[in-house]
Amino acid sequence: MRITQGTFSYLPDFTDEEIKREVRYCLDNGWAFSIEYTDDPHPRNAYWEMWGLPMFDANDLDLAMHEIDECRKAFPDDYIKVNGYDRTKGRQTTMLSFIVHRPKEEPGFYLERTEGQDRRIQYTIRSKAKLAG
Amino acid sequence: MASNNNPAKKKSRWAAGITPYAEMGYYDADYEPKDTDILCAFRLVPQPGVEPIEASAAVAGESSTATWTVVWTDRLTPYEHYQAKCYRVDPVPGTDQYIAYIAYDIDLFEEGSIANLTSSIIGNVFGFKALKSLRLEDMRIPPHYVKTFQGPPHGIVMEREYLNKFGRPLLGATVKPKLGLSARNYGRVVYEALRGGLDFTKDDENINSQPFMRWRDRYLFCMEAVNRAMAATGEILGHYLNVTAATMEEMYERADFAKELGSVIVMIDLTIGYTAIQSMSKWARRNGVILHLHRAGHGTYTRQKTHGVNFRVIAKWMRLAGVDHIHAGTAVGKLEGDPNAIRGYYNTLRANTLEADPSQGLYFAQDWASMPAVMPVASGGIHAGQMHQLLHLLGEDVVLQFGGGTIGHPDGIAQGATANRVATEVMIQARNEGRDFLNQGPEILAKAARWSPELRTALEIWKDVSFNYESTDVPDAVGTLTV
Repeated sequence: MRITQGTFSYLPDFTDEEIKREVRYCLDNGWAFSIEYTDDPHPRNAYWEMWGLPMFDANDLDLAMHEIDECRKAFPDDYIKVNGYDRTKGRQTTMLSFIVHRPKEEPGFYLERTEGQDRRIQYTIRSKAKLAG
Repeated sequence: MASNNNPAKKKSRWAAGITPYAEMGYYDADYEPKDTDILCAFRLVPQPGVEPIEASAAVAGESSTATWTVVWTDRLTPYEHYQAKCYRVDPVPGTDQYIAYIAYDIDLFEEGSIANLTSSIIGNVFGFKALKSLRLEDMRIPPHYVKTFQGPPHGIVMEREYLNKFGRPLLGATVKPKLGLSARNYGRVVYEALRGGLDFTKDDENINSQPFMRWRDRYLFCMEAVNRAMAATGEILGHYLNVTAATMEEMYERADFAKELGSVIVMIDLTIGYTAIQSMSKWARRNGVILHLHRAGHGTYTRQKTHGVNFRVIAKWMRLAGVDHIHAGTAVGKLEGDPNAIRGYYNTLRANTLEADPSQGLYFAQDWASMPAVMPVASGGIHAGQMHQLLHLLGEDVVLQFGGGTIGHPDGIAQGATANRVATEVMIQARNEGRDFLNQGPEILAKAARWSPELRTALEIWKDVSFNYESTDVPDAVGTLTV
């Protein structure tokens, strides 16, 4: 399966040049750029691991791309996403977030149902990768 | 107004009988609105022979303290304080219309009550015989009054963080046909649309609990569909379960059940009334469930240029009352909406501060005092081939709802959903890369259609569909005032 979280998951995987253009868009907007990675892409996993701190002051495109590369080398079997964060008052949130690296095999999720009374079902989504690991 | 037998002879303010409203203090050209005043702009057409200033003063009077005749009991009050004051009347060139600006002291209104606000402002005056027609065009709600309302239970920022979806419009579809599907078939549409790439599916306004599909059955099948699609995509997804019902007790029962099943969102119709909306807003905040509002029925009073209430006013009331989503027009789809007026609605729902802008029909500046924003929803006759126009007109903080434009895809519902998602993402990519996506939109879509068969089919089938009719209501950009 292909996890479709992130802004661009329905497009073919971005080339480095395409990633660079999106990162430039973040930097041009004055957004803090950050990289996160995980082996647990559960839809409700809000806290992927941080690859260092968000780059609040850096508007160095090459450095950003270099860091993406380093993260890929360190975690080739994980998901990696990059984010643009806007600290502007009233916004104070992520403005762009997309996956730049996926494991070769995406194990996906398992839907567990617990049957209750009156036809009620309690649903639990489990990451298959986590079950295996 | 009722005619004074001897208008030439100005009588005492307190003489029994009829005194023109303008002479009773309801018109004051020198009045300077206070920061705390609630301001209204009314478009009015007086009956023949009625002076525009007197007509405007009458609106101020009848929407605040006045009645048709002088009453001595006014003198038991500091009536100058409680009287609304019309402070400006502008003719609209080339028409028989006038824009009347009226200031209301904040003391006239109960804190946090849309019912009270509207009973005051639009309670009595719209049937007034001395007016041919009357329309409430805009209101300035001062921060002092804004702060007495809860506002959206979550707002755009919280909704995006909750759903883990950033940087692009959200996508939805209303299940069709809107009436007649059994619960099991209905859930099939939900599953296919969500696994294909939409973020939301939606009950229509008139799907409540009919003989062909009772609400509880629908909720159960829809949540099976939502959870299956979440496991298939790894995304947080939702179906707007419409909880609209005949009584608050029934709405609470339905909303509680939706929450227990794990739905991230429920839906209400505007027809339930302002008080019920505010109650559901409190429920949604308390239970962490996103609240979607369908503006069912609004066209009966928002559409005509010279009578009723402009939708931008409804949008302001609903931001105060507290909804997370509201349908606010598409500009390009099948339903009424001038692009500039719609820009004004969207800005009203999303911005924190607005300047007066005649081109958007905004008569006043508005400060929302950090109240969270409402996500506008564009729904009705839109399709993937319009993506460049939709992004240009509506921006990215919007839910684009493709009902027919998803379910009508000849290869299947999931394929229709994928076509819409691909079109959205490719247009966002083009925008972020700095391309002139509005003008290059058709090429951008055509290029993506080369690798996306779903998009290719969608573009072919709906390529010539547009709804080019003249709007019945466009801003006239006259008499605008910055406060």
